Amino acid sequence: MKKSYLEEYECGFTPLTVIHEASRCLLCHDAPCSKACPAGTDPAKFIRSVRFRNFKGAAETIRENNVLGSICARVCPTEKLCQLGCSRSGIDRPIEIGRIQRYVTDFESSIGMEILEKGMKNLGKVAIVGSGPAGLQAAATLTKLGYDVTVFEKNEKLGGYLRYGIPEYRLPSEIVDLEIKRIQDLGVTFITNKEITNLEELKKDYKAILLAVGASYGRTLPLFANNENVELAVDVLAKIKDNQGKVEVPDNVLIIGGGDVAMDVGTSLKLLGCKDVTVVAREQTFEFPASKKEYKDAHDNDVSIIDGYTPESINGNEVTFKHVKLDAILRVKADKIILAIGQMSKLEMFDKITSNRGIVDVKNYQTSDEKIFAAGDIINGDKLVVAAVKYGKEAAYAIHEYLGGKR
Amino acid sequence: MKHKDLSITFLGVKFENPFCLSSSPVGNCYEMCAKAYDAGWGGVVFKTIGPKHFEINEVSPRFDALTKEDTPFVGFKNMEQIAEHSLEENLRDLKRLKEEYPNKVLIASIMGTNEEDWVELARLVEEAGADMIEMNLSCPQMTSHEMGSDVGTNAELCKKYCMAVKRGSKLPMMAKMTPNVTDMVPIAKACLEGGADGIAAINTIKSICNVDLDKKIGLPIVNGKSSISGYSGKAVKPVALRFIQQLRTGIKGVEISGIGGIETWEDAAEFILLGSKTLQVTTAIMQYGYRIVEDLCNGLSHYLEDQGLNSLEELVGLANDNIIPCEELDRSYIVYPKVDNEKCVGCGRCYISCFDGGHQAISWIDDKRRPEINKDKCVGCHLCATVCPVRCIKKGEIVFKKGSKTHKIDL
Repeated sequence: MKKSYLEEYECGFTPLTVIHEASRCLLCHDAPCSKACPAGTDPAKFIRSVRFRNFKGAAETIRENNVLGSICARVCPTEKLCQLGCSRSGIDRPIEIGRIQRYVTDFESSIGMEILEKGMKNLGKVAIVGSGPAGLQAAATLTKLGYDVTVFEKNEKLGGYLRYGIPEYRLPSEIVDLEIKRIQDLGVTFITNKEITNLEELKKDYKAILLAVGASYGRTLPLFANNENVELAVDVLAKIKDNQGKVEVPDNVLIIGGGDVAMDVGTSLKLLGCKDVTVVAREQTFEFPASKKEYKDAHDNDVSIIDGYTPESINGNEVTFKHVKLDAILRVKADKIILAIGQMSKLEMFDKITSNRGIVDVKNYQTSDEKIFAAGDIINGDKLVVAAVKYGKEAAYAIHEYLGGKR
Repeated sequence: MKHKDLSITFLGVKFENPFCLSSSPVGNCYEMCAKAYDAGWGGVVFKTIGPKHFEINEVSPRFDALTKEDTPFVGFKNMEQIAEHSLEENLRDLKRLKEEYPNKVLIASIMGTNEEDWVELARLVEEAGADMIEMNLSCPQMTSHEMGSDVGTNAELCKKYCMAVKRGSKLPMMAKMTPNVTDMVPIAKACLEGGADGIAAINTIKSICNVDLDKKIGLPIVNGKSSISGYSGKAVKPVALRFIQQLRTGIKGVEISGIGGIETWEDAAEFILLGSKTLQVTTAIMQYGYRIVEDLCNGLSHYLEDQGLNSLEELVGLANDNIIPCEELDRSYIVYPKVDNEKCVGCGRCYISCFDGGHQAISWIDDKRRPEINKDKCVGCHLCATVCPVRCIKKGEIVFKKGSKTHKIDL
């Protein structure tokens, strides 16, 4: 079946099929899934709620722990996390935890459940710079703790990588809107089109500041500098999503990289009608960094994926690759060359806090300036939405402790 | 495909196989019964024919189902009464069925409101060509208290009506029992005394399947209200088997047509092992259609083959003697459960159930994610084995209780 860029790729469960899936769950005594989520989600509990038809309770279990529950349900590489140790694998295959979570959070939205309570805002003002997943979770946690939180976003729309990075077919904008609306309803103030360059100014008005600006800039390599045929994957994804797929696509594209971003660009372009998309990755299949689901989606959409080649040189629009182990050369000519070789942060304007190659030095999320904290992709750790949720939550508690609160 | 001879003689009538439609919506007219015969059913109990003066007026909707997880019909509730076609139409259909399917067994189910009705209906269905009569003394949702299970709980009335039927017809006759009694034996005995040749059991169980939580009305909702009515399907199988066993022990040699939740050949074999000669099915047909008879017949053929038996008759009642009163069971030993750690997937369900519903006799080895059975506390109840999703808990060591002599145990 031909899918479209604007249509959610994975189909959701129905009321019947979600019970079917929950019935496959063995309801473990010491469920491995509940020990594996970076954000501390307790799938064993919410799947049991679904099994016993307590959908509202299931929604509470998810939402009270993770303010981005609907988003994580869609974008989490569950096969590497909660589903990895699933006991059901001993019989056939793991429970589809992400899809069950998606059903439950969709149910929560469909009946307009309001699970989280409005904050009291009586503990003083805290600023958050960046409205990506880390900033959003921190905003919700700090609000719950009693702070008056303002989030500053440099872009026109909120959500950071959720908004501009993850393609529509994996994460509909509507879902991002809903999640942010929930956080707004808790009492968080959002200010968009406002790039923060001077933290000293902010420090005057806020008792603490959380930096969660993310790593939103694509990396490049010196050999691709100043080549008009080369674009960065994050920029391409942002353009496509911002225009809701209404962009012109070239006939053939070469993508360099083997992560989720490379797969996302490849699948997006195919869904938008690009005839030939070739991905060349340095990693070999066994060590592929992309999640299984994204690799499969790309493959299913006829993206050619070539593993084990690293770029050596570029001549106009022709790239020459060398195999990482074998004596083999690969030349690919394409209308467009897209680099998906990683992302980085830009921290120059925050030069008063100590950082090293785009990673802020922190001790329990606190930077060299005691009033300034950092979370998300600008600190050392996993670059996943679910990890950002964890960092956001923990950073919020670190700020709370710094401001004299008890955990 | 294996086709063994599954023929059996019940009340003197030979059935090509024991599988019959029960008197219900699945055998409501000529077309339905003809299709069922073509599909392979050995017999049909045509939907109960009532007297001319009793008008049938059904409700809409009229069914409900109890579900569990993704099992759509654990049990099924229906509010339909007896055949809604006119007496003439029903008799015409019986006649045509017998003419076109002379080798299939045609059973007429009848129900009267008084002795005259029963006599007359018996006479008419014999005249129409039926091979056998089934007296419906058991429908729990009739709009008249002179009919259905209100009659079937009254032994005296049952006997009287059986005698009436025998006055009207010489055909072999079975009386269909209601399970809405504590003891079926006295009723069945009364029927046999009144002339019944055999017993059909069970009809549906009075029930309320579900209540609509917003409207606070039972289901199905009929203009804001609902009623207690008959429950059938897989869920009633244990109740049916119990009644059949009690009939077999209470009335030596009684011939029974077994009814109640038969879906698979295994269900069928259980009914036969407990003494049924023929089997009647409705709920599974309503859900899946007449075609289920293919797997009923084929599965039963394989079972006969596996058991080394040549006729179904040999199977009838083989399990009856193995059901004994609780006080006579051997209570001299404990058989301990034994976990196959290779097959175990480490879910810990046995541990939870043993603690919360048993005797705290399983320890959970956290690092290995495996159960360990503690014989000091284990009473050998085997709840653990019952809940295990991979069935890796088997019967292990047998230990005789203090004061009991070692003897051979059949597990």
